[in-house]
Amino acid sequence: MEALTAIHVTKRYTNHVALDDVSLNIPEKTIFGLLGPNGAGKTTLIRIINQIINADSGEILLFGEKLQEKHIGKIGYLPEERGLYKKLKVGEQLIYLAQLKGLSRKEATDKSKAWIRKFEIVDWWGKKVEDLSKGMAQKVQFISTVMHEPRLIILDEPFSGFDPVNAQLITKEILALKEKGCTIIFSTHRMETVEDLCDHIAMINKSKKVLEGSKRQVKETYKTNSYVVEHRGSFSIASEAYELVRQKNLDDNMFQSTLVMKGTFSPNQIIRDLTMLTEVHSFVEMVPTMSEIFINLVKGGSDE
Amino acid sequence: MNKIWLIVKREFLNRVQKKSFLIATILIPLIFPGIMAILVYVAKKQNENAVKEIIHYVDQSNTFIPDTNRFIFKKFDGPLIDAKKAYDESKDFGLLYIPAYELSKPVGITLYTKANASIDDINTIESLLENRIKDLKMKKLNIGQKLLDSLQTNVSIKTIQVTEGGKEKSSNSIVMAGIGLVCGILMYMFIFIYGAQIMQGVIEEKSSKVIEVIISSVRPFQLMMGKIIGLGSVGLLQFSIWIILMTTLTFGVFGYFGIESPQHQAMQQMSAEVAAQQTAANAEAMSLINEFLNLPLFYILFCFLFYFIGGYFLYGALFAAVGSAVDSPTETQQFMFPITIPLLISYLSLFMFILKAHDSPASVWLSIIPFTSPIAMMGRIAFGVPLWQVLLSMSLLIGGFILTTWVAGRIYRVGILMHGTKVSYKVLAKWFMMKN
Repeated sequence: MEALTAIHVTKRYTNHVALDDVSLNIPEKTIFGLLGPNGAGKTTLIRIINQIINADSGEILLFGEKLQEKHIGKIGYLPEERGLYKKLKVGEQLIYLAQLKGLSRKEATDKSKAWIRKFEIVDWWGKKVEDLSKGMAQKVQFISTVMHEPRLIILDEPFSGFDPVNAQLITKEILALKEKGCTIIFSTHRMETVEDLCDHIAMINKSKKVLEGSKRQVKETYKTNSYVVEHRGSFSIASEAYELVRQKNLDDNMFQSTLVMKGTFSPNQIIRDLTMLTEVHSFVEMVPTMSEIFINLVKGGSDE
Repeated sequence: MNKIWLIVKREFLNRVQKKSFLIATILIPLIFPGIMAILVYVAKKQNENAVKEIIHYVDQSNTFIPDTNRFIFKKFDGPLIDAKKAYDESKDFGLLYIPAYELSKPVGITLYTKANASIDDINTIESLLENRIKDLKMKKLNIGQKLLDSLQTNVSIKTIQVTEGGKEKSSNSIVMAGIGLVCGILMYMFIFIYGAQIMQGVIEEKSSKVIEVIISSVRPFQLMMGKIIGLGSVGLLQFSIWIILMTTLTFGVFGYFGIESPQHQAMQQMSAEVAAQQTAANAEAMSLINEFLNLPLFYILFCFLFYFIGGYFLYGALFAAVGSAVDSPTETQQFMFPITIPLLISYLSLFMFILKAHDSPASVWLSIIPFTSPIAMMGRIAFGVPLWQVLLSMSLLIGGFILTTWVAGRIYRVGILMHGTKVSYKVLAKWFMMKN
């Protein structure tokens, strides 16, 4: 089942279109990367999902149902601009935020205490948020996002402000939540995160969706059929299976060549041809990184 | 509804649990009487401790001045020139020269001092001389104190209001104006103090960025109303405590001093006539209290609560909208202006004409227009306002606060999500028109 489906969602502001006919499918129990440059419309989409604003047209389905007020408790949202009540104590704050999501006071108290113990920050319970460091406050905010056991978790730049140790802790929690059956939407610019964690991605550029699919599919679509070969002894003859793009001398007689496969040939064919010409030490396919795909799409978009 | 209640509770507890709330609630009713008491005490102490000053005087007309608790008068026998010389050598306060004069026209009296004499001192000496001259005149005209006392009469008019049914109702406009004044000032203070707190709270939520998390859980309108109601109940609680504290204190103090008041004891030693006068004054005070108790107090209290809540809601929503539009308290100026104006107008009119001419067309209109009615109507209410005016004013106030809440809600829902925009009235209008 789809955790979330957006159907032809459009949102206009007076001077510009924030989302232009965006349709998305976010499969259940996956980590979904929502990518796009600044101002592309990601935050608008997230706000629509959170029912902070309404779409002008189009529809959002959450677990197959039309999005409505009762779904608020099923969604956990960590906005990019973090913020908590500064004067409120950590414990009270967590309980209050969970109660607003629909938990009873007792449930909220039990769950926030459990999370506090899990993150080993029990002695923060009675501290005011203004007395915590930025990283500490972020942890508290992460707890408030997931505490009410939402089925859909939306994390906007979740790792900004965390040191590597805490980032790892959060990553572990995110994966554990996925194991438990949560669907997670990641909105981020950090492509290594996408590379590591996301199963599916979608990209929004200039208020339009420009890309959607599983990470494998996307990479498959954007690969250039290029291969990097390291070999002893140079060669210069192209075959009908490949085209030699460049060759450079690494040291002594070692060379590195970049080849582009032609037409319907297979990598095996190229290797077979190469072994006739030189001594092959390695043969690696050049898979585009998410970062390259991102830059490619955004720049390509701006040329239009 | 459940979520509004949660927010109300949070806002209420947040404020009430603060130390500043406790301190303000307990201290403010004590501060004003406290300051008065201290001032009276200091003034009294100063009088008691003051060193008596010596004034030499040259008296060429046998006026003779008695000593007071401030001055000792030393008569110098001899011409002014010698007196001046003697005074120069001393460290005394001054030298008073009284030349020979006619009782009807005392001119030429002069005070020589080394330091500048204070106005108080000059007044004291002047009144001393005036009294002496009065005595001398009375002696000359053969008038006794008794005759003089019998000339003095105290007149106080009792006013009776004839109502439409022909019933007579004794009324005292001092009591009514007093009630109007106190209620009007309280209303004005309450709207401003708590309105500003609403605005402050909204700005805090916006600038700490917690707002986005909150409105992903509740509707902006719920958050706004929760805040307004929560702070309003804090205000009601605080004012109730103040009123209870002040009433208890006042009655406590009067109860304690009332029985053995110094006046009471002094009265027994006074002449019968003065005592009679005193009783008359007391009777007047008693009649004031009776007037007060005869007023429809529960009706006035009900109206006060109604306008208190109505006015607070009407302005509270506007304060919330202003808070949502800005990023920091310093930017609120331009939007505060139109909110302040009607409040200020009704407050100033209270002093300028409402309390003096409570039935004038301007007073009536101000008490009917929702933006000014909370203060203006409370200024008039004790004088008796026709029922149709009260009902009209109340329904307009309800309509008014529904309108401002609706307008403010539309601005608020957009404003709280906007950061770093330069906001003008045009932008506010755009937000207001924006689809949800």
